[in-house]
Amino acid sequence: MQSEWKFTAKDIAEKPDLFMSGHRACAGCAPATVMRLIMKALRGPTIVTQATGCMEVVSTIYPYTSWTVPWLHTAFENAAANASGIEAAIKMLKKKGRIKYEHVDVIAIAGDGGTYDIGIQALSGAVERGHDFLFVLYDNEAYMNTGIQRSGGTPLGASTTTSPAGEVIPGKLEPKKPIADIMVAHEIPYVATASPYYWRDLIIKVRKGLEVEGPAFLHVFAPCPRGWRSDPSKSIELSRLAVETCVFPLWECINGEYQLSAPSKVIAMAPQKKKPVKEYLAVQGRFRHLFTPKNERLIEEIQRITDLRWQKLLKKCGMGREPLNSVF
Amino acid sequence: MTAEEKGWREISIAAVCWKSSTEFLTGDWKTYKPVRDLEKCTKCLLCTIFCPDGAIHWKPEKEDIEFDYNFCKGCGVCANECPVKAIEMRLE
Amino acid sequence: MKSVIVEQKTLALNGDEAVAYAVKQSDVDVVAAYPITPQTIIVERFSEYVANGEVETAFICTESEHSALTTCLAASLTGARTFTASASAGLALMHEMLFVTSGCRAPVVMAIANRALSAPINIHGDQSDTMAQRDSGWIQIYAENAQEVYDSIIQAFRIAEHPDVLLPAMVCLDGFQLSHSVENVNVLPDEVVKKFVGVRQFPMVLTHEGKMAPLKLDPENPMTMGPLAFPNYYFEFKRQQEEAMKNALKVIREVHDEYARISGRSYGDGLLDPYFLEDAEIAIVCLGSTAGTVKTVVDELRAEGVKAGLLRMRTFRPLPVEGIKKALENVRAVAVMDRSMSFGGFGGAVFHEVRHALYDLEKKPFVVNYIYGLGGRDTSPTQIRMIYKDLQEILAKKRVENPINYVGLRE
Repeated sequence: MQSEWKFTAKDIAEKPDLFMSGHRACAGCAPATVMRLIMKALRGPTIVTQATGCMEVVSTIYPYTSWTVPWLHTAFENAAANASGIEAAIKMLKKKGRIKYEHVDVIAIAGDGGTYDIGIQALSGAVERGHDFLFVLYDNEAYMNTGIQRSGGTPLGASTTTSPAGEVIPGKLEPKKPIADIMVAHEIPYVATASPYYWRDLIIKVRKGLEVEGPAFLHVFAPCPRGWRSDPSKSIELSRLAVETCVFPLWECINGEYQLSAPSKVIAMAPQKKKPVKEYLAVQGRFRHLFTPKNERLIEEIQRITDLRWQKLLKKCGMGREPLNSVF
Repeated sequence: MTAEEKGWREISIAAVCWKSSTEFLTGDWKTYKPVRDLEKCTKCLLCTIFCPDGAIHWKPEKEDIEFDYNFCKGCGVCANECPVKAIEMRLE
Repeated sequence: MKSVIVEQKTLALNGDEAVAYAVKQSDVDVVAAYPITPQTIIVERFSEYVANGEVETAFICTESEHSALTTCLAASLTGARTFTASASAGLALMHEMLFVTSGCRAPVVMAIANRALSAPINIHGDQSDTMAQRDSGWIQIYAENAQEVYDSIIQAFRIAEHPDVLLPAMVCLDGFQLSHSVENVNVLPDEVVKKFVGVRQFPMVLTHEGKMAPLKLDPENPMTMGPLAFPNYYFEFKRQQEEAMKNALKVIREVHDEYARISGRSYGDGLLDPYFLEDAEIAIVCLGSTAGTVKTVVDELRAEGVKAGLLRMRTFRPLPVEGIKKALENVRAVAVMDRSMSFGGFGGAVFHEVRHALYDLEKKPFVVNYIYGLGGRDTSPTQIRMIYKDLQEILAKKRVENPINYVGLRE
């Protein structure tokens, strides 16, 4: 699946921000960058609906709003159900001749809270019903807005306020839920992962998600300097490191066929370019406790899981050592 | 809150937002501010793309980049990502 | 105003079917629902209409009731007329979204086939499900029979969408007793209903673009709905909802009267439906289908010369305070029947509210509570008679011995 749209950095820079300045996100917030980039990919009339979370809160503090498009928030777990209602209403109103648009794109945006955990039911239901919408997950790997509590998207070993690194338990002991693979298992036409450092790849994937007819899911990696105890200036760099260490590989699954995206393909072709996870973990305070003799086995565990998931992905993309049998 | 606070009879129902966030200046959040070395800058526009606050603009009429310090929070992402290290974060 | 009663045909419908039929005729754009006994017939019948091309409605089988109401809310805010139905645990699951729907001022209409709440699980009729939601900012109308269910669903769209109201509305029918019992229901012709419900109108609101625009998600007039309102803003929106409820008292009556002129059917004034109350000395207050049984007993007692009466509350939210005062001010002993409980609350919800409404009367009647019919337990005319007898005893002794009573409970 190729998108017809071609653009330069200048084209993107010249597009006005539909996610406006003046929002109250922290300095260095990568999710905020992600919001801006998503909005650069719009192709026509669009309605955005969002789950409760950081981006929702910082951008819609009454009476101010950062959104120049129609925008709805109702609750935490139901961004996908909102999208279902909006999409169905538009289709029916168009059928009855009560609205004039040829087509309106519907985007549901949620954090890892509103997707992995409390939001998964509505998401699963909405895609099973085949609504034509794009669901974007901006993943900062914890319930950041309420104070950095762990989510199903929090990675192994991370210290959060509900999985703190303590004397006995060194942070979260469960690995990150493979949410994008779960969405692939729903057999929807388009699933992809993206990272803001690779802005061009991200914008194209948003556009592809909009162009697809039916449900599309985009998992975007979005570092949070506050929750990750990392330097605000490093948020975008971290989104690059995550890809270079294969902690967060970039890929698409188009009608059930996996394919690596260029930044991860580069590593697949030249495995010596793959960086050790330690490099990624070392610059984040949430993993600091792992760099002690007592806990360093966890770094090995993280490396092991990363490698295992990477190899599984390569196989699915037809680049593994063993022949690929079938995806579904 | 800087907005005028109206009574329940006057305010529109359903809490629809009636002010653009561009009226809320976040520039006073910063401690460090980005300063660009015009000679080093190659106008690659990465800073304009990565800025979480959309506080760096490409001005086609000037063929140049402009920093909007009214909204810049001084995070330093621009400085960190600049491929030619043309941006320096200076204490305000 | 001149009354032109249209010709209607009679169908054999149970309460659920009456709901589905009314929705079919009301030009609804989106129905999103999840099945739960005893509402299932509503969604099943409606999905048949959809499958047979009899309606132009998007029918969405959501994966839970919470999503069902969310989907209706979002569709409503996009400009669609929406409907859903639930009961018991399903309504309970929607709890969060009931408040949100009212707060967003979305005129969603919902039918509730009243059913007991778990635990233990029980699929039969009682009103604990909707009573538990009386604070949510939804209009609540309780129907006595399938005919009234049909009439009330149609009226509900007009009431909810009225510019002075703009609140969601639920029409309640007792589970199994009404939902599954077949009655003769006179239905209006399609065009008449379509004309009555009309096309949705939208209030104008101020948006961030600095102009007034219709309240809906429309790329032509973008607006942000559902923002975060801090303590210095939140309160005023709640007061607005309260004002809408106040306005609903008038609107419900007006819509009821307009409908009565077309259908020839009325239910008191739309808020309260009194029966032999003018000179009653003893009276029962109740909601829903049991009122039918009570009317039978009132007829018998009247024939025996007892000045008994009934006040059926059709509208529970908004609470018709003035109407209750006026209806009961000359009654000397009132038994309020509650088909739900409020544990630890000194009686049931309706008892609380009626007694509260009467508190300011110069001459207050004795007001006592009868909790009945929980979990679908049947209430017989004999038991109703006993209630009236108790009221007579109260008047004779001039005091209340048992303010809270349980009908048909095995001690």
